[in-house]
Amino acid sequence: MQISANTQAIAYLVSAVLFILSLKGLTHPSTARRGNFYGMIGMAVAIVATLLGSEVRSYGFIIAGVVAGGLIGTTLAMRIRMTAMPQLVAALHSFVGLAAVLVAIGTFLNKRDAGLLNAVLMGELSAGAIIGAITCTGSVIAFGKLQGLISGKPVKFAMQHQLNMLIAVVTIALGVHFAMTGSVVSLTLMTILALVLGVTLIIPIGGADMPVIISMLNSYSGWAAAATGFTLHNNLLIIVGALVGFSGAILSYIMCRAMNRSIINVVFGGFGSDSATAPSAGAAAMEKGVKSASVEDTVYWMEDANRVIVVPGYGMAVAQAQHSLKELMELLEARGVEVKFGVHPVAGRMPGHMNVLLAEADIPYDHVLEMDEINPDFASTDVTLVVGANDVVNPAAKEDPSSPIYGMPILEAGRSKQVYFLKRSMNPGYSGVDNLLFYQDNTSLVFGDAKDTIEGMVAALKGGGH
Amino acid sequence: MPDTLVALYVFVLACFIGYWVVWGVTPSLHTPLVALTNAISGIVIVGALLVSGLESAGTFAELTGFFAVLLASINVFGGFLVTNRMLAMFRKKNK
Repeated sequence: MQISANTQAIAYLVSAVLFILSLKGLTHPSTARRGNFYGMIGMAVAIVATLLGSEVRSYGFIIAGVVAGGLIGTTLAMRIRMTAMPQLVAALHSFVGLAAVLVAIGTFLNKRDAGLLNAVLMGELSAGAIIGAITCTGSVIAFGKLQGLISGKPVKFAMQHQLNMLIAVVTIALGVHFAMTGSVVSLTLMTILALVLGVTLIIPIGGADMPVIISMLNSYSGWAAAATGFTLHNNLLIIVGALVGFSGAILSYIMCRAMNRSIINVVFGGFGSDSATAPSAGAAAMEKGVKSASVEDTVYWMEDANRVIVVPGYGMAVAQAQHSLKELMELLEARGVEVKFGVHPVAGRMPGHMNVLLAEADIPYDHVLEMDEINPDFASTDVTLVVGANDVVNPAAKEDPSSPIYGMPILEAGRSKQVYFLKRSMNPGYSGVDNLLFYQDNTSLVFGDAKDTIEGMVAALKGGGH
Repeated sequence: MPDTLVALYVFVLACFIGYWVVWGVTPSLHTPLVALTNAISGIVIVGALLVSGLESAGTFAELTGFFAVLLASINVFGGFLVTNRMLAMFRKKNK
């Protein structure tokens, strides 16, 4: 069976509409699975319509590629731990980037053999290859930082931005040369330099800015798909690329706003690099030292509380404490205590990371509130339990203009009657900024592994011997 | 209107759709959003199919196309399935 170009175009239109509906489905958790299903149908329609078109004639490599890729993808999706989701996403971004580069090269070869090359086409090819290559190696670096294969610290050296600028200019110049002459050497050099640029752009960005990096690379992968669409004169790729590109761009903006930093500052900044700046206003408070509390103290205050708010951070993911938190939540609710979770937009290593981990532990999503929703509740809350979060509750962001995180919107945990910090040690957060909340009179630190501590609370509540 | 200009029209209008649709996504589903966009950016598989399925393609082009199909398929399958797995966990009430 073969379909005409017009039928194929209609099928692509159907597919594009399904992708838009798919994203629309994520407006609410109750419609989200349907949305994902629309996406699957849209993809199936697009693939079938392409295979039935007149251009695809040999199927051997295609079947092999889809079967192998399908197996690998399915295995990854089924095996991946929810805490490792940022790594999976980074890996998948790098695959899209590399696929875009390969499509650009393959299209060049086929069109050259057919004698169909022209300057516009080769310009579009260059754009696809450059964006794809940056996405690919940038995501590999992001993966390495997330997986701990390379240091999460920002890598900085003199003249770094000038060097990046130079590489970018030369890469684009090679692209222009390629478009005008069709030189394979220029195409190769251009692709290699773009791969290098992906590395040098991402290494100066620190681990704490991971949510922004992930969002940015998500955006790049979309632009790479759109550029491929221009090359192939395929409107479906252009539409989908624009959707994905904007999705990533909006997420980047939301993440930056949640840190009160501009995207320029994140891309060129490198947080924690100037940690020598001591927060002056905090110095007096710090001399008072910190109080520590035992598990029994926390349970004593929590079991008689009206409301307990849990503020999770990346430390909860590291300690895998979300399942114990769910048990704690149930035990407290059984005693009539209202338990809520307050999530900061940049908590964790990717946008919405905490929500997925809490959902994994079967904590209902209506118990999990965004920063703006929960902030008014802290003042009337008896106990706030900070589990592996730090900077997102630091009052220095509001009170200390000299602090590097000044101006960042925070969860106002300090307003609750009692704050318990579950902490491994006194090490500061990823930003390297000391937390003024530690020294507040209503704050106590509970030292130890977050999971062990919460399991201790659960055991104490079950024992009920208070 | 030349093809490239039509493509530009489509691109700019699609950007507006993307802008409005994505602002509607609830923040609690931002991780599934990233995974889903990952899956649908696997649409480059269409380009990969065209490269590798061309009858007259040379061996090098065919191999290039094969690897592109492979990588894009990982995205498509991995992206949709992991999104589905995550979304299945978002529940309102306790069981």
